[in-house]
Parts: sequence; C-alpha cells; structure tokens
Amino acid sequence: MPDSDDLAAIRLTLELATVTTLLLLLLGTPLAWWLARSRSRWKGVMGAVVALPLVLPPTVLGFYLLITMGPSGPIGQLTQALGLGLLPFTFPGLVVASFLYSLPFVVQPIQNAFETMGDRPLEVAATLRASPLDAFFTVALPLARPGFLTATILGFAHTVGEFGVVLMMGGNIPGVTRVVSVQIYSRVEAMEYTQSHWLAGGMLLFSFLILLALQTFRPDRRRP
Amino acid sequence: MPFRLLLVALFFSGPALADPVQVAVAANFSGPAKVIAADFEQQTGHKAELSFGATGKLYAQIQNGAPFAVLLAADTATPARLEQEGGAVQGSRFTYAVGRLVLWSPTPGVVDDRGEILKKGAFRHLAVANPKLAPYGAAAMETLTALGLLEAMQPRFVQGENIAQTHQFVASGNAELGFVALSQVMTAGKIAAGSAWIVPADHHQPIRQDAILLDKGKTNAAARAWMEHLKGEPAKKVIRAFGYDD
Repeated sequence: MPDSDDLAAIRLTLELATVTTLLLLLLGTPLAWWLARSRSRWKGVMGAVVALPLVLPPTVLGFYLLITMGPSGPIGQLTQALGLGLLPFTFPGLVVASFLYSLPFVVQPIQNAFETMGDRPLEVAATLRASPLDAFFTVALPLARPGFLTATILGFAHTVGEFGVVLMMGGNIPGVTRVVSVQIYSRVEAMEYTQSHWLAGGMLLFSFLILLALQTFRPDRRRP
Repeated sequence: MPFRLLLVALFFSGPALADPVQVAVAANFSGPAKVIAADFEQQTGHKAELSFGATGKLYAQIQNGAPFAVLLAADTATPARLEQEGGAVQGSRFTYAVGRLVLWSPTPGVVDDRGEILKKGAFRHLAVANPKLAPYGAAAMETLTALGLLEAMQPRFVQGENIAQTHQFVASGNAELGFVALSQVMTAGKIAAGSAWIVPADHHQPIRQDAILLDKGKTNAAARAWMEHLKGEPAKKVIRAFGYDD
C-alpha cells in the first residue's frame, strides 16, 4: 500500500498541477490570443520560445532554471531584491518551473482554437456594436472552448508527469518539492519495487484515463 | 582461403590490437579513472573503454547483459551482491578507493575548519545526497548523528539524488553549503575554491568503493591486467591526488 510519504507526494503533485494549470490558463490565454492574431515580426520568435520545452530535455531547462534562479542569476537577484528570497527548493519555484515546462501544452491548443475561428465571428460581433473586449469574452472564448478543454487537460497531465525539471531544482523536500515522479524515482533507485508499483501503476492508469477523457470529450470529433 | 587467413591474422595480431576492456565506473570516480586509463594504455597497450553511471544503474545494466568486464562501484554492497548472484568472478573483489566526505561552500569563509557552522546554523539550506541512494549521503547522516545535529538539520536538507547533483546545488549557490565528496572539490591535492571542513574519518563508516571482475571479463587478459593496474602504486598515487584514501 502507499504509505504516508506517497500520499503526501500525491497531494503535493495535485496541488502543483492545479495551481500551475490555473496560472497557465490565466496568462497563457492572452499570449495565445496575441500569437493567433498579431502580425508582429516577433510572433515567430515568441512562438518558438513557447515551443522550446517540447524539444528541450527537461534537465537542460532544470539546469538553467537552477542557475538563473540562484543567488548570482538574474532571476535570483530579482527575487532577492523583491524580498522573496530564492526560488529553488520552494513550492513557488516549482510552480514557475512547471509553468514554463507546460507552457506549450496550454498555449498551442488555445492558439489553434483562436486561429481556426478566423476573423469572421469577431467582425460580425463588431457590426453588432460589441466592443473588442466584449467580443473576446462573449464570442471568442465560447468558440474556443474545445481548445481550452484540451489545454486544461494537457497542462494538468503534463505537470503531473513532470520529472527532470523538479529533480534538478526541487531538492526532494518532503511536502514541499517531493512530487510523485521524484518519489517513484527514489523508490525504484532504492530497489523498493513493491512500493514503486503502487505509484508507478497509479501514474500509468491516471495518464491513460486522462488521455481517454481527452479523446471522449473532444466535441469536434466525429464519433465512430 | 585468403579471407579466413585475414581473420586469423586479425585475431592474433599483437598488442597493438589487444582487446579493449570495457569498464563500468561509478560517476564519482570518473576523474581519476580517466587518468588511470591513460596510464594503463601507455603501460600495457590495452585500451580501457570507460562508461560512467550511478552504481545502481550500472548494476541493473550488468544484470541485463551489458558488455562490461569490470565494475568500479561507489560502494561495497553492489559488487558483493553481484558476486553472490553470480554475475562476477568469485574472490576478485577489492577496495580500490575510500571516499572522504567534506562539508563545503563555494564561498570563502563560510565553512570553518571544524564544522562549527553546523552548530551556529547561519544558513538556510544544507545539501546532502539521498542517504538511501548514495553512500556519501549515508555518511553525511552518520556524521550529523555523531554530532547530535541530525534532527536540528533535517528541516534544512535539500537532497540531491546523487552526489553530483548535491554538488551542483552547492556550486550554483542555491544551497549555502553541503556534504559532498572531497574528490569533487579537490584538484591536484588541494581544495580548489571556497571553504571546507574535511570530515574526520571516524565520524562515519568508511566510504569504501569496491572493484570486481565481471563474468564478461573472466577470460579477458586486458580485464585482469586492468585489475592489477588498479592495485599498483601509480594508480594509487592518482587516486590520492583526487582526494580519496587508499
């Protein structure tokens, strides 16, 4: 059976994934909107930056975060100047890392949804005297709902599955940074295979169910 | 049959084509292993091909058919286990190095030469290696227990998954100090930077690192030569220069 350490790791992981997903939806939506509609020449650069975590090994991201958030790194100096202390080995630090790590999984589906929608619905809304903000909330957001659903599920699941980044900058502190994936890793390395199976099997099942949900609830999909 | 002759010639051509020996090396020993391998090649004509990794992973690879002839482990338990389970040559096991633990900070003046800083506690994070996974982590716990500080320090622990990661936490400044391997902070017989307390050897069980000849190296002359070379004085000199006892 999972012991109290395992349960603490599960709770922490769910907390981390929830906070991260909410932040990603909040900040990722305007970013996706801009990426979908802007004609700026920086659009390509920004799109590439957002996509970076898809191809970077998590250890690279974790390593650079550790250094930039450290006492002599730019982010570390900023957080210290603001009186926030240093981010590595803290829960907020993990949130920042997970935010970056899961960014493409949230931004890209929303961006796609905004792009497929095209200009037409907004133009129609404008002729009906909707302000741009009004049109965004009453027309664009509801139309992009499938994209948001995908983004939420993927962002959450991807954060739950995060490993390399947390390992690099978490410090494996119980209740603060020891998430499920790190707990599994420690148990496997210590050859505690029975304990590992509870968590690893649970993770497998969770991932499968979440992807199944994604397949089932996708409204635009023609069902067999 | 010229082709067959060619094959025979290949197999029996002298030391220039002596068979290489594949050595699995615990990551903490990678520095000295490279130097020793270069000496070895120069002296014997055999080539040592080194693969570095965590001892636990190397063990799993060996059990699953990895082509290593020799294992230089970071502990004594893994070679003993291989011998017992029958993946290695009986009686070939010996201690090639004894690791030394050091309390280290990259900043000069932080760690005094008696480790008093641990009692004063003027720091937020103390980096240690996971004691379940890394012998240096277990030694750090024993040291803190011996000093009566284990409970007081526990809330400040940040755990590296191995000793390399623990060193990284400290070297990047994210943890002010940490228990790392002396071999990680020593170059040419001196502590290269920062401040350190070399933990007295009687504070913890010796961190003995054992080597063992694996089944794949049983009939390999180069593998046996490597084992002998590792016991020799030139190799020991290198090992000491990197901060290990022998």
